[in-house]
Amino acid sequence: MQEKDIYAEISSIRNLMERSTKFISLSGLSGVLAGIYALIGAVVGYKLVYLEYGGLQYRNYYVNDQRVLWKLFAIASVILILSITTAIWLTIRKAQKKGQKFWNPSSKGLLINFSIPLLTGGFFILILLLRGSYGIIAPACLIFYGLALVAASQYTFSDVKWLGICEIFLGLIATILPGYGLVFWTIGFSLLHIVYGTIMHFKYDR
Amino acid sequence: MKISLNHFDKAFENRVRLQVMSVLLANERYDFNSLKELLNVTDGNLASHLKALEKEAYIVVNKSFVGRKPNTQYTASEKGRDAFKKHLEALENLIKQQKQ
Repeated sequence: MQEKDIYAEISSIRNLMERSTKFISLSGLSGVLAGIYALIGAVVGYKLVYLEYGGLQYRNYYVNDQRVLWKLFAIASVILILSITTAIWLTIRKAQKKGQKFWNPSSKGLLINFSIPLLTGGFFILILLLRGSYGIIAPACLIFYGLALVAASQYTFSDVKWLGICEIFLGLIATILPGYGLVFWTIGFSLLHIVYGTIMHFKYDR
Repeated sequence: MKISLNHFDKAFENRVRLQVMSVLLANERYDFNSLKELLNVTDGNLASHLKALEKEAYIVVNKSFVGRKPNTQYTASEKGRDAFKKHLEALENLIKQQKQ
């Protein structure tokens, strides 16, 4: 056995260990698109709330009109579904381009670990809505989404973990400052996604 | 420079076996079809190497059914993990020796 063979052997072992545990076809572009959907949603949501309550002056009341709240909830749900659909579609396309299987043990692990915190958060927020505790809905969205990203990150690029940590951090700040939910929601779901997606696109997709 | 292979595990002389072992070390378990796609080998080829590893008791086989399709999962045994680590150490030592 030659020395260069040993190196080749070791690098092939490393490569396999990485390829078998990490799903690397996640599309960066889908992050940017999710950010844009969220931005549109935030603008629509803002209009909805402020046309209803008028002006830019300081709000010393919470939004607690049922009608407006359910409209906001519907907008958020549409954005979530649209973002996930786009992410899956673009990721399948990227995997096909690279000649990889979309459905393999690492993508399965990614999806399961992402879904558990996200669904928990979804039910938690639904319960908050039904019980009429509206103050911490936006922070809860950010925190649970961040936890989902951190949990999923062991099955994909480690950059995803950093996005998750940023979302959690933002969610905690938003908890300290209730009433600015929409602002933090927009930063977390729009700005961070656009920045993250752009970085990922240039780092891995080209 | 030729190096003697005495310190190496005979079971890992074959590339596919070493690759299978590295996948099973990195993952809790892996199924036959995913392994086949990942390593880009034929059914028969993979099956024979898995048999060999099973015979050494380096891997544990777990057969079950998903619906009507057979689903065979493989796990690295404690013995297999040890053997793999020793093999890597042997490779490492070799590199060190050559650098001196």
